[in-house]
Amino acid sequence: MNAPAKSPAAFQATSTFTLLRTLSVVSAICGLIIVVSYMATLDRAKANRRLAAQRAVFKVLPDAVTVKDYLALPNGDIVPAGGGDPPPGALRFYSAYDAEGRFEGIAAEGAAKGYADMVRVMFGYRESCHCIVGIGVVSMRETPGIGDRILTDKAFLTNFKALDVRLNDDLSALANEVKVVKHGAKTQAWQVDAISGATVTSRAVGKGVNDAAQLLLPRLVPKLDQLREKP
Amino acid sequence: MSSPSPAAFSMAPPNQWEEFTEGMWRRNPVFVMVLGMCPTLAVTVSAINSISMGLATTFVLAASCFLVSLLRRLIPKEVRIATYIVIIATFVTVVDYAVQAISLDLYEALGAYIQLIVANCLVLGRAEAHAARAAPIPATLNAIGMGLGFTLGLTMIGGVREILGAGAFFGVPLFGPGFQPWVVMVLPPGGFFVMAGWLLLFAIVRRRMAARNAGAASSVGSSAVAASSGACHGA
Repeated sequence: MNAPAKSPAAFQATSTFTLLRTLSVVSAICGLIIVVSYMATLDRAKANRRLAAQRAVFKVLPDAVTVKDYLALPNGDIVPAGGGDPPPGALRFYSAYDAEGRFEGIAAEGAAKGYADMVRVMFGYRESCHCIVGIGVVSMRETPGIGDRILTDKAFLTNFKALDVRLNDDLSALANEVKVVKHGAKTQAWQVDAISGATVTSRAVGKGVNDAAQLLLPRLVPKLDQLREKP
Repeated sequence: MSSPSPAAFSMAPPNQWEEFTEGMWRRNPVFVMVLGMCPTLAVTVSAINSISMGLATTFVLAASCFLVSLLRRLIPKEVRIATYIVIIATFVTVVDYAVQAISLDLYEALGAYIQLIVANCLVLGRAEAHAARAAPIPATLNAIGMGLGFTLGLTMIGGVREILGAGAFFGVPLFGPGFQPWVVMVLPPGGFFVMAGWLLLFAIVRRRMAARNAGAASSVGSSAVAASSGACHGA
């Protein structure tokens, strides 16, 4: 049908059927290889992801020993996170318990655009002070020596020892938005003092924490009793 | 299969050895053919990233060259590129899953560059230029050699960048706490600087060796030639 006109040269056009057959056979072989390798690595990859998330939780809530992941659904329900993809609008968070099984706190992830790429941070929330008690970076590509000081700058990390994120009276949003202010201008417990020279990355951390807390905490705080017992 | 002459038979091992070593040095993909520059410049911020990227590429290269060579008589030339890309993409997907299963930190560090092995011209180039014309065993040997040459090239760049830019080698700090890192080396421009440095060094070495082979070594101090060629082999 679409075979080119026979040229006088030795060129012999291959029939369409042969082309189709070759492509089908090769695709079938390749598909099989992909499926087999997917099945073979699935469990290990899942376990790795769980371990990485747990490591990040232990970093922000140092007394935690066991971690359980949950989803906060848009309708306000809290369900244990199973396998598979979470439903749309669900927020994943981690409920942490200490060695005696006492409820220790909540950890969740926030993300915002930094200087180079998304900065993903994990933060720990403790109910007793209605505050964030620690942060850790899950992933970032910020400039080494400049943006990545958010990992090491002691003064910056002190911002997140007791960052006020209490909710307003009708529990619909944070009473005070978490705000990143210019270096040395912090006056309130809900403000974050930026690193001078790494303002963009500092702002990304603050915005990531704020956005995630604004969404998650109003759903979560009324239902905290549900998490108090170690499952 | 006509009876192979004993001479041809005895030639086989050195031929396979040559197939294997071709990519390691004589036609090194990074420093001689200058292929696959995208990962070469992007992921070589540390020695461990370089070596992982190199080994991932080696696996893709060897597996796809083996399959291409195995199927070479079945693939009509009209659809050969499409077929090669499907085969290469398959093994890249396999590597992608494997790296996720081995280490998530490594997966984060290599980022999109694992998937981009599909577009690495080294892989398609070798499939088209060598594996499509060779029997499976020599094709695979040649591909492994090329892959290891690529790994070597990447590690040489990554090692220098890590030493200068982070003061460490394979994550082990080399200098005391007083070390002030040369940050530009782990930023994208550092990749170009180090690559250029190595290319310059090899160009000088090659020119001196050629001059010596041509019997014109008298113009160059022979001790200098010995020193620089020693540095080349030791590198």
